[in-house]
Amino acid sequence: MTLGAIHDIGYRHYEGRRLGRAYIIRSLYVHNLRAAYGLGRPARAKVMPFLLAAMMLLPAAGSVAVLAITKEPNTLIVYSQYATIMQVVVAIFLATQAPVIASRELRFRVVPLYFSRPVVPPDFTLAKVGAFATALFVLLAVPVTVLFVGALVTRADKMKPLVMPDGEVARAMPLGDHVLHYLGALLGCVLFALVLAAIALVIAAFTPRRGFGVAAVIAVYMVSSTMVLIVQGIAEARTNFELAGWAGLFAPFNLVDAVQVRLLGAEKAAVAVPPGPWGGPVALALCALLVAGAVAVLSLRFRKAGLS
Amino acid sequence: MNATIAAITLRAMLGRRRALLLFALPALPILLAVILRMTGDNDLGTSAGVLQSLVLGTLLPLLCLIAGTGVIGPEIDDGQIMYILTKPIPRPVITTTKLVVAFGLAVVFAVIPTLLTGLLLTGTFSGLTAGFTAGALVGAAAYCAIFVALAVISRNAVTIGLIYALVWESLIGNLASGARSASVQQWALSVADAVADTDRITPAVSLPVAVVLLVVVVAGGAFLAGGRLGTLTAATAD
Repeated sequence: MTLGAIHDIGYRHYEGRRLGRAYIIRSLYVHNLRAAYGLGRPARAKVMPFLLAAMMLLPAAGSVAVLAITKEPNTLIVYSQYATIMQVVVAIFLATQAPVIASRELRFRVVPLYFSRPVVPPDFTLAKVGAFATALFVLLAVPVTVLFVGALVTRADKMKPLVMPDGEVARAMPLGDHVLHYLGALLGCVLFALVLAAIALVIAAFTPRRGFGVAAVIAVYMVSSTMVLIVQGIAEARTNFELAGWAGLFAPFNLVDAVQVRLLGAEKAAVAVPPGPWGGPVALALCALLVAGAVAVLSLRFRKAGLS
Repeated sequence: MNATIAAITLRAMLGRRRALLLFALPALPILLAVILRMTGDNDLGTSAGVLQSLVLGTLLPLLCLIAGTGVIGPEIDDGQIMYILTKPIPRPVITTTKLVVAFGLAVVFAVIPTLLTGLLLTGTFSGLTAGFTAGALVGAAAYCAIFVALAVISRNAVTIGLIYALVWESLIGNLASGARSASVQQWALSVADAVADTDRITPAVSLPVAVVLLVVVVAGGAFLAGGRLGTLTAATAD
């Protein structure tokens, strides 16, 4: 790769340092990360991402408040289940912000301008996927952190055990378990962010028309999750729990939850997850395949758009 | 109604690859219905569940959102609407035409698939199909009126529509039953319940209330869209 991006056309010579490819990738990453939350753009672009981020935080704050008032350790939302519980809000964030990252350069046909610099399609794609995944991770991890900090501040680990109406005893989790579960949930958030960002960006890159990208992303999310729920409901009614579990691989949130349950030892949040010992590795492999496939497809898409 | 505007809008909605999404979505419940019928899982409870959660609860709002915001939103965003606004056509006529086109698209791509899905699942047994088709029809009118008005009022119409359809109707509607009274889905269910002859459908509002609210929403949406388009100042987005 040559670094001939600063063209010497005879007016003024450039003697300074040439920052090169890594600098461009970093700049693209930062720019896209800011664009995901509408930073550096008019207020109209900031309203929706921040409104959705606030909607994500609300239940976490409420859960901590309930914990502080009732002193009942089981009122705190389980860290690893938060993304699944709030999946509708996450899906709307995906739908509204994925086209911001993936569609705009395509819609205005400016991709060739990027590739006239020392940057190749895979760099461009990785910067975009990385930036959107980071934005999603922030969206998911901040409420989980609020829950964790809330548990620490209210000393949830020292709370008295609670006898439930059905005779079960809900004991307070020791501090070490809180930390472990929190770290596990953060790992889950990383996986959620990568998988969801990959799927949403690919869909958005193929529907550059304004408004259609949003509809396409939300359609894929909603139809897949509703269909999987119906299939799981019927399979469980027929006591075919194995089929119900494997069907979960076809809905993005259920897929990542399968990895969390089988490999990170989390509590189940989805209706059903694939049975072990194969369920976890297969789900993780599918996640990796999705992300790698998405990067490849996006690279090809941008390469093609860059030729025109 | 203005035939030229209707033709242009229809061409913009169905031209090239854009229509793929509109064609692909309604195919899914029909596919599911065929599978359920083949495996023999098409009992009344499951069928009512599929029609309510997948068709009326997911597909109908989604397709109406695509159709309702798609007929006018992109034009306002890129400023093309000016070419229509500068013609001597009353602005309420423009919005009414757009609304009729959106409703027509919703009927073709959401209501008819509802009918087909219902027929595949239960045939004409206990009026379930007729009920959900009627519910989808009135629901489509209300959703389209809301989303066309939203598209005229706000640049974030699609997101606001999604938050209404998903967060308000589904998430909050499941937790707080009061929110369900103000939900197009429940009004449509109420109509479906009145037409169908089964106790599988449990709407949250009574039929008279639902009918009054549906009429108010459709008329209000059309009126609001026409009024707001009258004072619209075009500016480019993005």
